[in-house]
Amino acid sequence: MSTDMALWQEIVLAVFLVTAGIFGLVGSFGLIKLPDPMTRLHAPTKATTLGVGGVLIASMLYFFFAKGHLSFHELMITLFLFLTAPITAHFLAKANLHTNVARDEVPPPTGDRPWAGFESDEARRIAEEQASKGA
Amino acid sequence: MIGRILPHPLLTLTLVVVWQMLVNYVSLGTLVFGLILGIVIPLITAPYWPDRPRLKNPAMIVEFILVVLWDIVVANIVVAKTILFTRNTAMHPAWVSIPLDLRTPEAITVLAGTITMTPGTVSSDVAADGRSLLVHCLDAPDPDAVRDEIKQRYERRLKEIFE
Repeated sequence: MSTDMALWQEIVLAVFLVTAGIFGLVGSFGLIKLPDPMTRLHAPTKATTLGVGGVLIASMLYFFFAKGHLSFHELMITLFLFLTAPITAHFLAKANLHTNVARDEVPPPTGDRPWAGFESDEARRIAEEQASKGA
Repeated sequence: MIGRILPHPLLTLTLVVVWQMLVNYVSLGTLVFGLILGIVIPLITAPYWPDRPRLKNPAMIVEFILVVLWDIVVANIVVAKTILFTRNTAMHPAWVSIPLDLRTPEAITVLAGTITMTPGTVSSDVAADGRSLLVHCLDAPDPDAVRDEIKQRYERRLKEIFE
């Protein structure tokens, strides 16, 4: 690490890095410890928020302290993570709903039509025809 | 006239800012190239957003982001505690059905993404008619409380932003 940083600056960076490491570790541990696919899915959403967030804040502070300029790449990484992480989580959850969960295991939605993953193609075609007639 | 060159001023602004951040420094050259991208991309992609929502209350976006960031930090600590100190048999994983007041697809997408990014809840499915979200909670002894909190903290603010 560069030598032109003050001690307190290195301590601040270390705190962020260690915190991020701990949350990443707990997230990975959860992946082993939790009992079924749906609860295990909660572990990676943790690791990508505070775990990666802490590293990115530390990286921004490092460039500000050591090089004296602001770095914006970290904000971009945050943005792209927040755009992509929910989509992969949604894919995994839907795949799990399809293969491992029965329709009566989940609470029903409020409207007349079922959850999108549980509606058959035939039921969807009829419902959409009715909707277009009504409109 | 300005509407024909800049059909989507917010997208133009976003593209210019994102380009500056990707290049990681500001100069006249990067600014001009960012502007070119910011003008050309909205023109080319215009057919893909025929019914784009209008932002009713942009100031609310800042409040929404701050609330979500704060909740992410708090929820991270709560979930870390759950993983480390709660036995698997003592956990209460639960499915929660959340009735939606939002109707804009974009707003529902943002809500679903927010629910997933706050640790402890993952949005798993949407009703075929788009009027409910299926959310899975890691540890929710009281599923109704989770539903009310999501509606109160996120959906209410998104409704002010989009509708």
